[in-house]
Amino acid sequence: MDLLIFQAPILMVQASMDGILLGILFALIAYGMALQWGVMNIINIAQGELVIMGGYIAYFMYLSGIHPAFGVIVSPIIMYCVGWGMYKLVINKVVDKDLFTSILATFGISILAQQLMNFAFGADVVVAQSNFGTTMLFNNSVTLPNAKIFSGAVCVISAIILVIYMKKSKLGRAIRATAQNARAAKILGVDTEKVYAATFGINAALCGIAGACIAITFTLHPYTGLPYTVRSFMIVIIAGLGNLPAVAISGMGLGVFEEWSDYLLGTEFRIAAVFSLLVIILVYRRFKLARKREYLK
Amino acid sequence: MNKNTLLYAGLILFGLAGAFIFPAYKLQLSFLYILIVLAMTWDVQGGQMGYNTFGNILFFGIGMYVASSTQIAMFFSLAEWTDAGGEKTFVHTIPQFFQGFGVGILLAGIIPTIIAGVIGYGILGLRGHYFAICTLALGIAAGELAGGIEIIGAGQGMTVPVWPKGFGSNASSSQFLYYLSFILALVTFITLKWAYSTRFGLVLNAIRDNEDKAEAMGIHTMRYKIIGWMVSAFFVGIAGGLMGHINGYIEPTEIAFAGPTFGVFMVLMAILGGKGTLWGPLVGATLFHLFKEGFWTYFLGWQYVALGVLIIVIVVYFPEGVMGWLREKYPERFGEVVDEADLKAQVELK
Repeated sequence: MDLLIFQAPILMVQASMDGILLGILFALIAYGMALQWGVMNIINIAQGELVIMGGYIAYFMYLSGIHPAFGVIVSPIIMYCVGWGMYKLVINKVVDKDLFTSILATFGISILAQQLMNFAFGADVVVAQSNFGTTMLFNNSVTLPNAKIFSGAVCVISAIILVIYMKKSKLGRAIRATAQNARAAKILGVDTEKVYAATFGINAALCGIAGACIAITFTLHPYTGLPYTVRSFMIVIIAGLGNLPAVAISGMGLGVFEEWSDYLLGTEFRIAAVFSLLVIILVYRRFKLARKREYLK
Repeated sequence: MNKNTLLYAGLILFGLAGAFIFPAYKLQLSFLYILIVLAMTWDVQGGQMGYNTFGNILFFGIGMYVASSTQIAMFFSLAEWTDAGGEKTFVHTIPQFFQGFGVGILLAGIIPTIIAGVIGYGILGLRGHYFAICTLALGIAAGELAGGIEIIGAGQGMTVPVWPKGFGSNASSSQFLYYLSFILALVTFITLKWAYSTRFGLVLNAIRDNEDKAEAMGIHTMRYKIIGWMVSAFFVGIAGGLMGHINGYIEPTEIAFAGPTFGVFMVLMAILGGKGTLWGPLVGATLFHLFKEGFWTYFLGWQYVALGVLIIVIVVYFPEGVMGWLREKYPERFGEVVDEADLKAQVELK
């Protein structure tokens, strides 16, 4: 098995390309998580469910005969409303509590969302066919579905739009101010409640875009949300809050790691590899940051 | 004191006689005892120590696998057993079954304890939400890994040795498991009650309240955290071993390393009852079991929706739990003296 790398190096190129395009998607989801983590100090376990929900919106369009690629426009709009509603119903009650409360509450939301999606769309693995065709590279030995390239481009464009929006617009400024110091922002006239709702909505919209891309390029299943949450959490703790280039790079790195482990270890260990990597990273980080017990001599 | 003795005597009597009073609910009651063990051991970390773990399910699953694989591997080849699947080609004789059972349950306690000690140094150094997410990932990774290992049945899972034919009546299997789980719950309760009354319990509370300060006072906090986790792992592992026998079947992600179900249940039960109290998890587990059975009976098909709503409601609206609520309401019963003047001053400050 360890010889697989040397036997077919071109397949590793294939895996890396796939990984980078997948990683851009992860980075977009992680950016949403970093946004709401930074602003509201909340870890949203239901992040993955928001992604899958966005995917099912695109899938629903596909079922009704509309090309699923339009999902990247429709899905964020609907998901913004979903995120806003979620904030108003549950999240605003846990914002000022400790982090564990928000983790558990969003865990409840995630179980709820999984089941509702299961009722609505069934427990089958589905995919929205886009019929974009494939691109052949390197003498036909590396195949890239155009849908993946499309989704990568969509993610990059939406990330750029978001960054400009956060820099230039009034709401963006208010969000950044709240992230820096919620109390001071409140004193200076920022309606933090509104900012929180908008942040959660934007996060959900980002998940919606990523979900629509996943519906086209990969598969959807009601219970596959949690790995997306863990991936985005992992990217955020590596990259830090609010550092977009680092988020993009570590997202792509994670994508490549996943495709390689899928390829070298076997598909059944793919999710296990992701979760083990998270544990390893956290423990490594803990030893890196650990204080040393020293004695005065 | 007299009242307390009566309460304890009543509970023990109920446990001993329960198998005869409610013969139809024997398995339900043994399940309840297992849930009580899970909730109480979660509370060692979550309530007393302030480390909100989702990872105790890891020991539950390991205990489950260790108990039944030991019982099988002592007399047969494990690989052949899992290959045979549900077919009962291999049958334990009566002494074989009990020998295997005893050794299996013992190892189901010991091996998770060792694992907790080994990984504890790395993992318990994490704080707050990093710890929570790390342990969540740990449980799920273990489930996925177990789903990829052929010898213990991979994704299909494995069957647990059945009760030997010709020993006792049909009901004696569930009776046996009932009493074992009751004894486990009892021993867990007594051990934790004793542990909380010693220096160990005080140190755990000190870690919860301010870990850095505790360390500055000269307490080796890491040592205590690891020991606490090992205690939890021991009881949870045995609970897992018994649970395997109660189910009769082990499946990696849904039963053994069931993070989204048991892993969250234990947290919820402790919170529902009131975390950081001795009786809270016990009360919470009982209430939760009633809720859960109600959902499964009356909302069949919608049970997980109801469960999700229950989680949100408990966490958002009832975070102090039953015991916390009682404590607010009747502080004098908990041996707390309310100073009226102090209370007034606090209200005025607000």
